Order: sequence, then C-alpha cells, then structure tokens
Amino acid sequence: MIQSFDFSALSDYSDVVRHGVYITLLLITVGAALGLAVSILCVWARLFCPAWVRIAVTSYVEFVRNTPFLIQLFFIFFGLPQLGVSMSEMTAAIVAMAINLGAYGTEIVRAGVQATAKGQWEAATSLGMTRNQAFWRVVLMPALQKMWPTLSSQIVIVMMGSAVVSQIAVQDLTFAANFIQSRTFRAFEIYFVVTAIYIVLAALVRLALRLIGRWVLATGEVP
Amino acid sequence: MSLVKIEGLCKSFGGLEVLRDISLDVERGEVIALIGKSGSGKSTFLRCINGLEQMNSGTIHVDAEPVEADERKLQKLRLKVGMIFQQFNLFPHLTALDNTALALRVVKNMSAAEARAVGLARLEKVGLGHRADSRPHQLSGGQQQRVAIARALAMDPVVLLCDEVTSALDPELVEEVLQVIRRLAEEGMTVIMVTHEMSFARSVCSRVVFMHEGRLHEMGHPEEVFGNPKTPELRQFLGQTASAATAE
Ligand SMILES: Nc1ncnc2c1ncn2[C@@H]1O[C@H](COP(=O)(O)OP(=O)(O)O)[C@@H](O)[C@H]1O
Ligand SMILES: [Mg+2]
Repeated sequence: MIQSFDFSALSDYSDVVRHGVYITLLLITVGAALGLAVSILCVWARLFCPAWVRIAVTSYVEFVRNTPFLIQLFFIFFGLPQLGVSMSEMTAAIVAMAINLGAYGTEIVRAGVQATAKGQWEAATSLGMTRNQAFWRVVLMPALQKMWPTLSSQIVIVMMGSAVVSQIAVQDLTFAANFIQSRTFRAFEIYFVVTAIYIVLAALVRLALRLIGRWVLATGEVP
Repeated sequence: MSLVKIEGLCKSFGGLEVLRDISLDVERGEVIALIGKSGSGKSTFLRCINGLEQMNSGTIHVDAEPVEADERKLQKLRLKVGMIFQQFNLFPHLTALDNTALALRVVKNMSAAEARAVGLARLEKVGLGHRADSRPHQLSGGQQQRVAIARALAMDPVVLLCDEVTSALDPELVEEVLQVIRRLAEEGMTVIMVTHEMSFARSVCSRVVFMHEGRLHEMGHPEEVFGNPKTPELRQFLGQTASAATAE
C-alpha cells in the first residue's frame, strides 16, 4: 500500500531544520577557509621547506586521499583523546573537514603553481624578489584563479561529505533529518525536503564561491 | 672599472658547452647588440649576467658587484640589472601600475604612495601613464612590453638586459618598443640587447657582438661589423638575415 504523504508533520520541526542548515553552512565556511589555508601552506612547504617537511606533507596528502572521511573524523574525535588531544564535536568536525579539504586542495593548488610559466618566477626574481616573495606576491594568485573552479567543486564535495559529522552528534542538517525521522517516522517527506535543501545549499555555496573568485581573486592589488 | 666586466665565462648544460670562455667589458652608456644564430648562446649569456643561469667558471661584475650563486647576494645584484624578456612576463593579476610598483614595495620597502609615484613616473616615461589601471590582457603586445620596460626601470638599474624584446610582437608594434629603447639609449642607459633588428642595431648601438657556437666570434662598431665582416661565419650569418629580410 502506498502511504499518503504528510509534509505538515515537519512544520513543528522547522527550528531543528533551520539550526541544521546553520551548522552545515558554518562547518563548510570555516572548514573551507581553513582547508584552503592548509592547502596553500602545504604547497609552500613543498617548495621551500627541508626534505623531512616535504615528506611529511606528501604523507599527509596521501594518507587523507586514501582513507574514508568518516574514519578520519572518528580518528580525530575518538582516537586523538587517547593521545590527550580532545575537542568538542564541532571542533572535531571542522578540523576533520579542514584536514580533508587541505589534502585535496594541496594537490589542486600545486597543479596551478606547477602550471605557472617559468617566466613569472624569472621576472619576479629578476626584480630582486626572493623565490619566497615571488611565490606569495606573483605566483600564488594566478594559480588560485586558474584552479578556482576545481577548488570550488572540491569544497562542495567536502560539504556533501560533511553529512557524516552527524555520526559524532554534530547537529548539522543530516542530524536534523535523522532526528525528525526518528520522531515522526515520516522518512520520505523529511529526506525529500532535506535533499532539496542540500541542493539549494550546494547551489548557494557554488554561487558564493563564484563571486569570491570574481571579486576577491580578481582584484590583486599590491597589498 | 667597466660597468659590466665579464671574464672567462663558461657555461654548460649537462655535457653541452653553451658558452666558451667569454670575456667582455661594457662601459657605462654603451648599447651593445648581441647577434647570432638561434642556439648560439645569446640568451644564456644574458641570463648569466643576472644570475638566472649559474655559470660554471669565470667571473662577472656589474658595477663592481660580483655575480654569485648565493640568493641574498644575487638579490642585491639584481637591483642593478634590469631584465626584459621576449614574452614580457608581466604579472597577469596586477594592473600596469601595480606591475611596476610591486617590487618597489616588496624589495625596496617603499611606502605604497611612494611606489605608486615612481611606478607612474616610469609608465609615463614609456608613454603609458594613461593605461596605469589596465591589466596586461587589456593591452596590446607592444604596450605590454613597454610596461615590462617601465617595471624594470622602476628599480633604477644601471644596465638593462633585453632578450629579443620585439620578437614576440606583430611587425606593426615593433617600432613603439624600439622607440622606447632608443630614447633610453640617448639618455645614457647602458643596454645589452639580443636582437634581430639589424637596422636598429646599426643606428643605435655603439657596438655589435656576433656570437657563434658559444664564443664572441667577432665584435666592433656597427659600421665595421655590418659593412666589413671579417669572419666567414659572420658573413654567412649576415647574408642569411639579409636574404630573410628581402624574402619577407
Ligand atoms: N635550461 C637549459 N637546459 C639545457 N639546454 C639549454 C637550456 N637553455 C638553453 N639550452 C641550450 O643552450 C644552447 C644555447 O641556447 P640559447 O642561449 O637559448 O641560444 P640563443 O638565445 O642564442 O638562441 C641551445 O643549444 C639550447 O638548446
Ligand atoms: Mg634566445
């Protein structure tokens, strides 16, 4: 028998959903910002640091890219306290996302830096800049611009992957869905609505990233 | 002491000897044209002078400052040596003005206002003050190369190295760039330029240096080099470029 749908049962939980949306957006905003910073620092380290740091960075990237996000999250939230490093669910979720995005982002930004014409480095160093200054002032911005669409896609992928943080009781959108489902047993309705919300959020994040790409990255004034 | 003093310069890439025992003194205010076949080592020679390539043996001094491998010393030397590239190599994310001002800020630690003033003055010098806010991609090739010259001039170098600076340009844009270099030469700038513009070399340069297989094969006043070439290699090279020019 096909049940009739009843979306009205969800209206009592609109606050829960709203909070879930807020947490999911908060996670991706902070996680993406930190993840990008990690990516850039790792690319920098690979260019300028001694061999042992470069090996550490490479290992980190390979480790993250060859393990599931859920395991990384559990490791940080359940594993690290045994080493005396414990953090709240929220912090653990953000750290896990930053670490995850940082690894993929490192490969993406590195590809952009590698694609930079040798002439850019040479022009900068011919003007008396060190290679380090050339990296920050000359090479980095065009590399980020070039790779921005790929980085944006990766950020959206991480945002979708963030659904698993509900497993450590972070009250994101997926947590809200599971919670409401367990109360109302209206599985179809709630997951239908939450799916739609995820699609809208993804579209919004993509739009925001496009605007950031256009306005922030395109205005490369001398700081 | 000569402004640029090169003694016994040798450079190889792996087993390939590219520069063989080159010695050359360039006096302040001289404009030197480096000519020679493709692959004869002209670019490598220029790149050794500002340390973009590391020499295997020999010494180079610019304004009494030795060219050494150490990054810090190189940096200091490069303040005296401006380099202009065939492909312009402007910074694509910066406006023309920021291209000229960036190194003043980063390397010379000038204030933003001071750097902009100097950058703008140099852009005006190459006739592009009105394009200060344009990005490289909004400029023609000739304009981009002039911005690159302004960018090098902003650092107040004592010598300019130009590597085929008009070779990437459409023919109708060549003259505006040569015009700028001609004016610099008249003002007493020391220039070492690799060029295929023989008439320019003839009318502007104080000396022409013919490179062949990594050696300074023949050099002298333009009238001598072009009018009365002594070696068969130079005669052959000039014959080829002359027939190439007629063929065009
Ligand atoms: N980075 C490099 N690695 C290996 N060989 C090089 C490199 N740069 C130049 N060469 C070689 O050195 C020779 C001289 O090159 P170059 O100085 O560019 O000559 P030119 O500017 O006169 O055409 C050429 O045979 C070239 O292939
Ligand atoms: Mg060359």
